[in-house]
Amino acid sequence: MEVDLLNITKSYARNTVVNDVSMKIESGTIHGLVGENGAGKSTLMKILIGVEYADNGSVLVEGKTRIWKSPLDARNAGIAMVFQELSLVPALTVVENMFLGQLFRKASRTVDWPAMQAKAQSILSELDPEIDCGKRVDELQLAQQQLVEIARALAQQARLIILDEPTSALSENEARKLFDHLRNLRDKGVAIVFITHRLQDVFQICQHVTILRDGALIRSCPIAELDMDAMIADMVGREMNEQFPKRETDSDISQNPVALEVRGAGDGVHFREVSFSVRKGEILGFAGLAGSGRTELLEAIFGAADLPRGEITLFGKALRLDSPTRAVRAGLGLIADDRKTKSLVLDKEVDFNLNMSSQHKYATRWGRRIKEQEKHAAHRLSESLHLKTTGLDQFVLNLSGGNQQKVAIGKTLNSDASVLIFDEPTRGVDVGAKREIYFLLRRLAQQGTAIILISSELEEILGLSDRIVVLHDGRIAGELDAADATQEEIVRLAVGA
Amino acid sequence: MLMKWLKQLGPLLALIVMIALLSAASPYFFTVENLFNIFRQSSVNALLALGQLLVIITAGIDLSVGSILALCTVVAAKCLKAGLPVATSLVIALGTGAFVGWVNGILLTKLKLPHPFISTLGTMNVARGLALIISGGFPISDLPESFRVWGAESLGFVPVPVLVVVLIYLGFHFFLSQTVAGRDIYAIGGNKQAAFYSGIPVNKRLVLVYLLSGLLAGVAAIILAGRMNSGFPLAGTGAELDAIAAVIIGGASFFGGVGNVWGTLVGALIMGVLRNGLNLLDVSTYWQTVVIGAIIVWAVWIDVLRQRFAK
Repeated sequence: MEVDLLNITKSYARNTVVNDVSMKIESGTIHGLVGENGAGKSTLMKILIGVEYADNGSVLVEGKTRIWKSPLDARNAGIAMVFQELSLVPALTVVENMFLGQLFRKASRTVDWPAMQAKAQSILSELDPEIDCGKRVDELQLAQQQLVEIARALAQQARLIILDEPTSALSENEARKLFDHLRNLRDKGVAIVFITHRLQDVFQICQHVTILRDGALIRSCPIAELDMDAMIADMVGREMNEQFPKRETDSDISQNPVALEVRGAGDGVHFREVSFSVRKGEILGFAGLAGSGRTELLEAIFGAADLPRGEITLFGKALRLDSPTRAVRAGLGLIADDRKTKSLVLDKEVDFNLNMSSQHKYATRWGRRIKEQEKHAAHRLSESLHLKTTGLDQFVLNLSGGNQQKVAIGKTLNSDASVLIFDEPTRGVDVGAKREIYFLLRRLAQQGTAIILISSELEEILGLSDRIVVLHDGRIAGELDAADATQEEIVRLAVGA
Repeated sequence: MLMKWLKQLGPLLALIVMIALLSAASPYFFTVENLFNIFRQSSVNALLALGQLLVIITAGIDLSVGSILALCTVVAAKCLKAGLPVATSLVIALGTGAFVGWVNGILLTKLKLPHPFISTLGTMNVARGLALIISGGFPISDLPESFRVWGAESLGFVPVPVLVVVLIYLGFHFFLSQTVAGRDIYAIGGNKQAAFYSGIPVNKRLVLVYLLSGLLAGVAAIILAGRMNSGFPLAGTGAELDAIAAVIIGGASFFGGVGNVWGTLVGALIMGVLRNGLNLLDVSTYWQTVVIGAIIVWAVWIDVLRQRFAK
């Protein structure tokens, strides 16, 4: 299905979020839509699916101007969107989810289960035959849930599917599989719009790319016409010469004292016999596929989960960490993988969040808060992290993804940890903020913090780490010196080859 | 900023309007004596609501406070009847309240019952049952004069219960706004998991909150027993719901993370003013119940409107 967006403009109050944007989505293509957070991608797509109204401009489907009175109109016209936060009902089965709101009825007005089952099966068999359509959605893996969302769109006869950050929570392997399915759909003539922050994905599967910045169209062209650097430059509006900070070549961290040492850690389920150490001033990368046990391992070390086996020493002192409270007090900090559920209180102010992990640092011995010190610390962090807020009393909910992540990081920095664990610190964060986070990590290391970095983006692991540990199926599959490690080598270890 | 002030002051404005209307409607309403009377009648609810507020800020609920209230009146009366000194009896009664509250906390955090609604539903019944067992089902009356001071006497023209409530509210205002533990409680209610990952001792704080709720029910029991001159096993039936109502009318969020003591005090006073005013106007208690119910819905609806308007 061919869809044209013509001169779309949309403002909220005095803030123009989409400014005169036109783009053409052709059938049988995968169309990348990129831009920093706040560039207007989501708003543009919401206009396309009838969730928002444009102030100006029109939507043309197969050359005919269409006006959506509601999202239902767009859906009936064959346009569907798969949001980043999946909208499936976890406790219902795959079939029930696929036909939610439009169950097949028999003449007797009762639900026609066999017909739906058959339809669901035929759609799913082309996507992923392993998905059992009688299974509950919460029994499926995240990647499979995403496919169910796509299957739902197909069940609604969608001919244009918009995917919002579909790979942000997937491992490289799962992402590759998803891409195969998408190519399949494309070859059947379905048009796909692919919104992503992972730019390498765009080069992998898109034929066409549209770049937005500050609500304006910067470029819309075939992918062959530009490279990564040009794309980043278009997105941020300036040359982005170095995405990753340079390592200090003259400092030799191998002589630094060991900060954190873990021996024989195992929880009997997710990881076994894991031993590693990280030195003061070192960035230790943890690579591996999703499900390799990285998050579980480091959360257990942080005391957030049981750690029945293993010894932990911090600067030579044995520790027993049975709760994050103790870990924080001992000098460990964790920036968790999911900032919305594990890091932030979204309905509270920036300064409230920044002071959540500092425990008794800004308080008298009797636990009375010293608010001037709290405020001062919040100001200092806000400045050093370049937080973009309307003030420290702004609710975290209203910040962009990148700024939310900075608050999550700032909160942990405020606890003065000597060992910091970053779990996917750039997930759902735009290019500019990503780069700032990379430089922050390096700066922290240079100041002597020992850093453990979990990331599913290999470039991140390679670009930042001093040393890389690869986990496969809960065990350490290998350890590499970052100076001469390659993506291929990491992947080989990660898949257990 | 204006919105924030309105949110803070909304319940207070409602209270003032209510007082103005009732003053106009009845000549007996706006007298020093009657106002203190209202405050005294509200004191038990105010104390239960304060405990409930702490619990609701953590996104929990405490259904047991009405029963704890009854149990503590009975325990205090029984101790006094057994000839124990007043001070000892007070400590035992307060300790009983704190203990049941502590049990609530342990059920939630150590036994990991899925929701405080369930654990406190259990202790609500257990505490009521114990109150009936200990008392044999009958009120234990005629308590010593020196005990009744707490519920029935006045210091100058200020009733002792009013004094107690004001002092305790000041203390808890300090606790919530000025201490680390207080801030932690808001964080837990705002996002329990984030609080946990931030190193906040979540379970310890939750146990403390339920313990305090039970303890405050104990304080309320002493005032109530003093006023009624008896330990009464059926006291406070449904009082937990009045306490929840006061907290909600006072602007706290039922989903946790939001609320302050003055809102709750105003919420308790609104309920007291209504009951008193409607009594003076000869409105039947049956209708009073209907009005209170409508006020709860109205207060929350105003809040919903305000939030929609703020967007």
